[in-house]
Amino acid sequence: MMRRTSTILLGLVLMASTGLGQGSPTMTVIQGGAFVPLYGSDSAEVAVAEFELDIYPVTNAEFLAFLSENPKWQRSQALRLFADGNYLAQWAGDAELGTGMDPAAPITSISWFAAKAYCACEDKRLPTMDEWEYVAMASPTAANAQADSVFNQWIIEGYETPNTARKKVGGNFANFWGIHDMHGLVWEWTSDFNSVLISGESRKDNDLDTSLFCAAGAVGASDLMNYAAFMRYAFRGSIKANFSVRTLGFRCARNVEK
Amino acid sequence: MLKNRNLTWLLMVLCLGIFASGCGDKTEAESALYQCPMKCKGEKTYDVPGSCPVCKMDLEKLSSEDAGPVLADGEVSDESIFHLTSQWHTQNNEVITLKELQGEVLVVVMIYTSCQAACPRLVADMRNIHAAVQDESVRYIMVSIDPETDTPERLKEFAIANEMDNPQWTFLQGSVDDVREFSNVLAVKYRKITPLDFSHSNIISVFDQKGVLQFQQEGLGVDNKQIVAKVKELIS
Repeated sequence: MMRRTSTILLGLVLMASTGLGQGSPTMTVIQGGAFVPLYGSDSAEVAVAEFELDIYPVTNAEFLAFLSENPKWQRSQALRLFADGNYLAQWAGDAELGTGMDPAAPITSISWFAAKAYCACEDKRLPTMDEWEYVAMASPTAANAQADSVFNQWIIEGYETPNTARKKVGGNFANFWGIHDMHGLVWEWTSDFNSVLISGESRKDNDLDTSLFCAAGAVGASDLMNYAAFMRYAFRGSIKANFSVRTLGFRCARNVEK
Repeated sequence: MLKNRNLTWLLMVLCLGIFASGCGDKTEAESALYQCPMKCKGEKTYDVPGSCPVCKMDLEKLSSEDAGPVLADGEVSDESIFHLTSQWHTQNNEVITLKELQGEVLVVVMIYTSCQAACPRLVADMRNIHAAVQDESVRYIMVSIDPETDTPERLKEFAIANEMDNPQWTFLQGSVDDVREFSNVLAVKYRKITPLDFSHSNIISVFDQKGVLQFQQEGLGVDNKQIVAKVKELIS
């Protein structure tokens, strides 16, 4: 089933890619399709409609430019409601990167609210978790590399590598869609990250998310993709929207106008 | 949205060559605020002219210096939910922003009306808190996590069915996006499981008169003592 879907996808994308040809685009079109996420609705296939996604995560330089236009998101101005005390903690000042910070490295230590505001200013939005995962399962050669053990091994190794967030964006391969750095650089905010109910606080809740716990139990040598995905979902389940985490950045998405 | 984009284009055309994102801090056209001259409701302000619900005197327009960005007395906490600018529909089909709820203690829960399992118990918890607090100034707010189903009409039916159709109880329908944002302010998690069902955290939150979160009760059917004590402390 999945194989057939990806073959269709491949055909679609080849047809579509001929239509793209402006200067150096910052976004690219992701053809819609269906996939089975680790953590979906009743482990059924999830449909993802066609959308556009930033090719790279938002950089320090880009966020700096946003701050000069939007002082209310500068470190000294940002409301505590929207950003915790670690917001832009490594920065030297309101409009100055910290020493050793690369302008071309991904912006991190920003809250979900700040990321959301940034995207809104670009007339974009944060990608949904399903959209993000859909793109993240693409290797350089396949739209769906869920079963590719080499690819999955590489993702896991990326999670084990320290300080990747200080690298420049674009250092990792372009995947099937032409999107860089879905893995190997930073974690990324998604619009509905708080739909994962596995944090400590949710243990008291009635609705146990057995799908995730089962997935955790199912981790084995042949289940590397699930293991990598589980780490992402678990991370999402552990953060709150005003958190500013040093390894957590974002990129923006946009609906395709019909 | 489309209009916004057109505006952005216009701006970009106007400042040729300048890399304008079109989204600088807009000098937000603050709508005027009105207040009761007798301050019957303390520092409470209103967005529209009218008369004071208590003494019936005409509301007075506040000068712009008086009107802070959110609160009239200028003391806006960084953590106040009144910074949220989202608009909501009540069960009476009125459009409000959260800051219109300022001045009263708020007890807030996120539910959806077609919920069969947890929500009836959450609603029962709200009712129990209401009964134990026994103060008419406290506002009880139910925010729907299923705004596509929970229209104002449906919320109204729910309010009537649960005998909550009076000014102390406010049911809110927002956009999908604004509900998600609000849930993030409360650190409430939720997810659509089927077209009709959501899983969600069971959290009741208490906000003080300035919109700052003071207490959260987690779980279903837990002892309400602490949360009731907190509400009483805030209104005294």
